[in-house]
Amino acid sequence: MDFINTHLLSTILFFPVFAALVILFFPKEQVALIRWTALLSSLVPFGLTVWLWTMFDPQAAGFQFEEIYPWYEAIHSSFHLGIDGLSLSMVLLTTLLTPLALLASFSVQDKVKAYMMLFLFLETGMLGVFLAMDLLIFFVFWEIGLVPMYFLINQWGSPKGEREVWSPFGSYITSARNYASLKFMVYTMAGSLGLLLAVQMLGVLFQTYDLATLVAQWSAFDGTLFGMDASRVKVIAFWAFTIAFALKVPVWPFHTWLPDAHTEAPTAGSMILAGVLLKLGAYGFLRLVLPFYPVEAQQYAGWMAFLATMAIVFGAFASFGQTDFKRLVAYSSVNHMGFVLLGIAAAAKAIGTPDATIALNGAVLQMFNHGLSAAGMFFLVGVIYERAHTRDLDKFGGLFPIIPVYGGILIFTSMASLGLPGLNGFVSEFLVVRGSFPLLPVFTAVSMLGLLFTGAYILKGIRKVLHGPLNEHWAHGEHKLTDINLREILVMAPLMALILILGIYPMWLLDVINKAMLLLFS
Amino acid sequence: MATETIVWLLPLPPLLAFFLIVLFTNKSKALSHSIGVGAALLSFVGSMVVFFRALSVEHFGEGEHIFASSIPWLPTGDTFLRVGVQIDPLSAVVLFFVAWTILMIFLYSVGYHNFGQPKGDHDHPGLPPHGATVTDAHGHKHTVLSVEPMYSRFFAFLGLFAAGMYTLVISDNLLTLFVGWEIMGLCSYLLIGFWYAKPSARNAAIKAFMTTRVGDVFMLLGLAYLYSATGTLSYREIFYNQEVLHHLAETSSHVFGLSAAGLIALLLFIGTIGKSAQWPLHIWLPDAMEGPTPVSAMIHAATMVSAGVYMVIRIFPLLTADWHGHDLTTAMSVVAFIGTFTAIFAATIAVAQNDIKKVLAYSTISQLGFMISALGMGAYIAAAFHLVTHAFFKALLFLGSGSVIHGMEHGVLHTGNHHVDPQDMWNMGGLRKKMPITFWTFLIGGFALSGFPLVTAGFWSKDEILADAFAHGHWAILITLSTAALLTAFYTMRQITLTFLGEPRTKEAEHAHETPWTMTLPLAVLAVFALGYGWVGIPEHFPGLGGLLPNWFHHFVGATLLEHPEAVEFSPIPLGISLLVALGGLTLGWLVYKDVKAGQPDPLQKPLGVLYPFLQNKWYFDEFYAFFVIKPMTWISEEFSYKWMDRQLIDGILHTVAQTALWIGSSLRNYFDKPIINELLGDKLGAYWTFQPAGRALSKAQTGRVQSYLIGAVAVFLLVAAALYLFIF
Repeated sequence: MDFINTHLLSTILFFPVFAALVILFFPKEQVALIRWTALLSSLVPFGLTVWLWTMFDPQAAGFQFEEIYPWYEAIHSSFHLGIDGLSLSMVLLTTLLTPLALLASFSVQDKVKAYMMLFLFLETGMLGVFLAMDLLIFFVFWEIGLVPMYFLINQWGSPKGEREVWSPFGSYITSARNYASLKFMVYTMAGSLGLLLAVQMLGVLFQTYDLATLVAQWSAFDGTLFGMDASRVKVIAFWAFTIAFALKVPVWPFHTWLPDAHTEAPTAGSMILAGVLLKLGAYGFLRLVLPFYPVEAQQYAGWMAFLATMAIVFGAFASFGQTDFKRLVAYSSVNHMGFVLLGIAAAAKAIGTPDATIALNGAVLQMFNHGLSAAGMFFLVGVIYERAHTRDLDKFGGLFPIIPVYGGILIFTSMASLGLPGLNGFVSEFLVVRGSFPLLPVFTAVSMLGLLFTGAYILKGIRKVLHGPLNEHWAHGEHKLTDINLREILVMAPLMALILILGIYPMWLLDVINKAMLLLFS
Repeated sequence: MATETIVWLLPLPPLLAFFLIVLFTNKSKALSHSIGVGAALLSFVGSMVVFFRALSVEHFGEGEHIFASSIPWLPTGDTFLRVGVQIDPLSAVVLFFVAWTILMIFLYSVGYHNFGQPKGDHDHPGLPPHGATVTDAHGHKHTVLSVEPMYSRFFAFLGLFAAGMYTLVISDNLLTLFVGWEIMGLCSYLLIGFWYAKPSARNAAIKAFMTTRVGDVFMLLGLAYLYSATGTLSYREIFYNQEVLHHLAETSSHVFGLSAAGLIALLLFIGTIGKSAQWPLHIWLPDAMEGPTPVSAMIHAATMVSAGVYMVIRIFPLLTADWHGHDLTTAMSVVAFIGTFTAIFAATIAVAQNDIKKVLAYSTISQLGFMISALGMGAYIAAAFHLVTHAFFKALLFLGSGSVIHGMEHGVLHTGNHHVDPQDMWNMGGLRKKMPITFWTFLIGGFALSGFPLVTAGFWSKDEILADAFAHGHWAILITLSTAALLTAFYTMRQITLTFLGEPRTKEAEHAHETPWTMTLPLAVLAVFALGYGWVGIPEHFPGLGGLLPNWFHHFVGATLLEHPEAVEFSPIPLGISLLVALGGLTLGWLVYKDVKAGQPDPLQKPLGVLYPFLQNKWYFDEFYAFFVIKPMTWISEEFSYKWMDRQLIDGILHTVAQTALWIGSSLRNYFDKPIINELLGDKLGAYWTFQPAGRALSKAQTGRVQSYLIGAVAVFLLVAAALYLFIF
């Protein structure tokens, strides 16, 4: 017990890897054993996180539960973990969604052992980003998460899909999941290049990769570097950081990998992609960009707000224009994450003011909320896809009498995604709008167009799937759809409960976020 | 129990009913409706307790003399956004009518959805019941009404709807008001689209949600603006605070020369334009008829549209913050214009409608226009009064029309001719004898709507609006509203005449049947209010009656404002206008329609000429929006945003970059690696000069004798060992 007490964060971080290694020794025919081991062991980090939550002191400044081990002393990097209110809420989201995603994956039949192991590796990769207090460790985990996701999309993605690759040189058709996984990988790697260079520069310059030390020294740094003014170097480094994170969020116009990757990924992969991986980018903004580059962020806040507004508006439009259910949901992520960036842009503009704090509260809460509702939506798309083997909205319609329980759950989750007051999405969107309006009134006003169209695409989804005259094709015979089963309800139940609780009483989470934002940015 | 506690609890029973029915009891119809009606009753009792306790408080509404309680809800930096409940005079009177109408609608729904009737022969969830065949004791087969297949679900949704409205009414701030507001938006969507298998219902549901959402996003902006300008959203801290109001009135918003107060009020007001179906966002309300009739009553009277007007009454101090009692401010003029125009515009459409519910729908839009117009010209009390009386008589009229339709459906099942539309008034006639309770109560409701003098509530409230317009010299408004009132009386009498008077025009109407007590009892109760509620607001100087009863409504509700509004001076001119338009309209309606025979066209069709189809098609607003809004938006979504921008422009750039990289790579391979490295260096130079001779030389070592191999191996071993020894140890 003592060991866990003093090594709580590293236990949370590495338990999934440990479980994956255990699974490695299981015979691959023992599918049930592998599934249950994966699921149960993913509950351990979750349980520990809840325990961590109860012991966490939101009032205390700085990081808590810190652990530090020598790692790569030659370049002054150490294995430094720690947690504050911001990372804690993200860790909670990750450890909560992973077991649900694993439970959702029980229907995966192909190469179960490899699948479950990759998933557990993925969890460690994501958690590492949130827990790292050392810039190099941060980068390492940032990259590690890519690999399992690449293979999850590439190997377990929708097998049949085809994608037209259009360019002025001509177009050709290729396998959609290969295309999507490659696009996801190459795109993120391209962003990481600049980040790696900027990280190296900081490390070489200050002889440390420790986050807290770097923030203090870097903001005080002036003089010349590479024969340039410090301010110029900072602007370049700011963009190196920003682009890496913007690709991940993703910010318009770097978003086109998202609909491809989300649509082709296996159900649980989409849940984690939308639920957690997108948050890595936004987390990068909050953890690194704003503290490291407050001046530059303020200088370019208008541009960030512009891109956020474009994401909100065109994300909603593009979502409305879909005929593929999963792609519709995928584009909704562009729309929703736009609000996160809008809040961050507003905060960047006037860091430390009450308006900025409200905007940041909204942005972080929106990250959490979107994690819940997007994971739920992707899962629900998966449920129907597994049964019908199509996601084409034009083939559905009139399913409500056939699958009534599913219908009710879909409407509930859709409403959370729509931002209906009383459910979680509203609270965060309201806070973002409230925080951004006095700082960026025009962008906030324009983004309302996106909010309006959020309604349009959500209702389109419901109408095209559930409503309309009874669909005879899916009602009888070999195509008869079965209603959502108990396992699937168990995946949705925690999400729905949290969606409702956070909508009615968001205080328990928002209080932690609020204090973290005050400590970080004022 | 402390009054504040009761207030907190008011929305809870229907909300719990929703969850209970959805999660547990949806299989049992009796249990579900018991929970639903029971929850409505609980909230009703609570509301009455709160209301009567409010009556017994002296100076209720002034200063601290209200019921209020709040909790911190959202942390915002170093402070909290507090939310809570509050009952002041305005919310007390609203609570009163909301509780009554909701309870009546719940009770009515039991009968309306044919509880106790057999299951339909071909009924499906998602479609209205089609009737069931039963065999009586004599072996005769009859077709009777069948029970709604989604009966339990209806009560669940209705419960959520009620919870939304109660939340809105008891809120002490605009944020929780917005929460209730949007929950009702969802419920209207769910209930208008209750028979979701009907494409028309499905489209109407989406239309309702989306149209009101247009208003809602503006309202959200208004909330954000108000909150950032004042740091609070609490009614008491903004609307009951001279300092804050003054500050907002003095600050410029930099938009259209409006003050901050004016702009915020207008942004919030756009929310009302959507919710209360004012022009130009009125289009959803008539289509909302697709829902079951109790839903129409719920939307048109008890909840949705009343909520919109209630909000404008709430923000009245903000709307009038820079008003000094004479010329209307810009914001007020906008509100007054929208209201007045809507009142006359909707009234003209109602004249040419044939569907019994559509007439009522346009009358609702028109009457809401009266209230909005009153608020725009600063007539606070008159607007609130008309809101309450209208809720009662409009709930009555809708439930009455539902009863008529129900009776007609009975006739349709009897004759078996399903081509007869039971909602078309031209198929009715003479129903007064078949459905006497429905007739008399409908007559009361209709007369209240028309403003029939003295005995109906609608007369007193509508008269007050006209009197206000007259007293402040808003001639344009006075003339327009009077014309609208005339049309109101006319189309109401047209409706009553076509439906109930004369002789039945179809076989179905002959076989119509009075509805069960669960439906007629609510009609009777609401009829009492449609008559009696007017008596609590009789102006003091009204000839004869004035002073007999105190003008309770004015004094009570007036205390909601910081400065109590003054009653307008009595003048016989607006009273004369009131009497003239009400009686004139009713008489005219009766004269034109009393002799209409079956198959005869509308007598108005000829004199109105091309105007008639124009009115019948609602001034072609649906077509206008379809062409100028929906079509372009769909194009932007499907073609521009997705296909062009994402797939061609952005992805095209990416693919170009990728293909360029690929081209460079393959060029290097094809023009450098392959010819120079592989062929030139490797194959030609290398092969000819280096590797081949070396190979030839080495091949001499391949002797095939094991001994020589062994010697070689030992030699290599010694060499390696020597090297290791030299370099490592």
